[in-house]
Amino acid sequence: MKVWLTHHRKAGLLALRRLVAAPVNSLLSLLAIGIALALPAGGEMLLANARQLAGTTSAAPQISIFMAANAERQAATEIESRLGKYGGIRQVLLVTREATLARMKTNPGLRDVIEALPANPFPDAFVVTATDERPEAIERLAVEFRQWPKVEHVQLDSAWVRRLDALLKLGRTSVILLGALLGAGLIAISFNIIRMQVLTHRAEIEVSQLLGATDGFIQRPFLYYGVLLGLGGGIVAWLVVGAAALWLRAPLNELLRLYELTVVLRSLDAHDSALLLGFAAGLGWVGAVISLRQHLR
Amino acid sequence: MIRFDRVSKRYEPGIDALSDLSFQVAEREMVVVNGHSGAGKSTLLKLIAAVEKCTAGAVLVGGQNVGGLSRSALPYLRRRIGMVFQDQKLLFDRSVFENVLLPLSIVGFPTRDAAQRVRAALDKVGLASREKALPVMLSGGEQQRLAIARAVVNRPNLLLADEPTAHLDSETAADVARIFHEFHHVGVTVLIATYANDLFPGARRVQLNHGKLLP
Repeated sequence: MKVWLTHHRKAGLLALRRLVAAPVNSLLSLLAIGIALALPAGGEMLLANARQLAGTTSAAPQISIFMAANAERQAATEIESRLGKYGGIRQVLLVTREATLARMKTNPGLRDVIEALPANPFPDAFVVTATDERPEAIERLAVEFRQWPKVEHVQLDSAWVRRLDALLKLGRTSVILLGALLGAGLIAISFNIIRMQVLTHRAEIEVSQLLGATDGFIQRPFLYYGVLLGLGGGIVAWLVVGAAALWLRAPLNELLRLYELTVVLRSLDAHDSALLLGFAAGLGWVGAVISLRQHLR
Repeated sequence: MIRFDRVSKRYEPGIDALSDLSFQVAEREMVVVNGHSGAGKSTLLKLIAAVEKCTAGAVLVGGQNVGGLSRSALPYLRRRIGMVFQDQKLLFDRSVFENVLLPLSIVGFPTRDAAQRVRAALDKVGLASREKALPVMLSGGEQQRLAIARAVVNRPNLLLADEPTAHLDSETAADVARIFHEFHHVGVTVLIATYANDLFPGARRVQLNHGKLLP
């Protein structure tokens, strides 16, 4: 056990020494791996932020009912009580025209426009959450509500949420695809670098074999080298994504403010970071294993 | 200790390095394999350490048929044998000390004891003061002695040497030969392949001629 640990410690240190011995080479290799990994990692970072954004908006499909602009408050109250008795509805929220006006006035760009208008242009409205969230059920409710008196317009708010959901799913698939492709690239990079390492250390390998070194003893430093290479590349990717997040934060906030959304762009969280580093190290190791199988016989 | 049982080694295409060779080396014996260049001396040594495998017959080391060993068993055979190679096979990017340390690292020898052993081996061949030097800084005789130190640092009970005195002047060669005699005296079985047949007095001689044993 102690011998085994000593072997591993020495192999790890030797790999590290070899990595440091050729700093320019190592740095360029790490950059190549890091930038390749930064693409899917950056994609994942953006996706995680988008998911968070989608999560803050209600994912439960809602129906908005807008009363006619000339409808009295009486009509709205009637609809409200009718909705209260209607089956299949979980929640009804009345948004009065006054409330809408007040909210719109908080937007400095709109305030002047609204104040220039002779009367309140907004109608009374309801936000209805159904118990049955299936699209067909909601559609059926909407058709029903459209026939009620003084109802001007019924809108399904779920549409954009579903579009966003579909978009996120597409994004996720793209990130996985990109990750798989660039992961294969990482294996190829590691394979080639380890091949060069084996060629460089030919004499040492041959002598070690003659002196009674096991295959494990000979391969270990190269495997560690592959893992360190992957891990180093992962760290580079992590730094690139972190820097990109920091850099994009201000312009993105500016853009999102126009949509009345506030999201602080976050870099990879602990889970995604661990995943990135783990994958990078693992892929470096896989490349090394394949390379050694090819070149150490 | 070593037994060759009707051993033949053929390199394709059709070059017989050794043919129908049978002989034995007893424990604690010192044997010199003589013969002209190309007689098969190096091949004979390589068969013992299973660097090459014979094409017919059997080579037994300590009762073990080394030709039949699996790849994973080879390292453990070689750890019991100290080898001095014809081309020495020193690592020129490592110091004298690190070169001798390598066999101990391979078996996972504890670091502190390993340093002691390395120094003892270097002392034995008269290189104690050169442990920090790189092999290129050593003379031919010193490089040869370094190769011997590396071969014996594991304290093997079998020592094989392939032309250990080639390219050395007679004085240095005698010096190197003396080191082998010393190991023989402390109980190590020594097998030396050389064309110089006057350097190892007292050793049993085996004469090879075109891959055949001369009576």
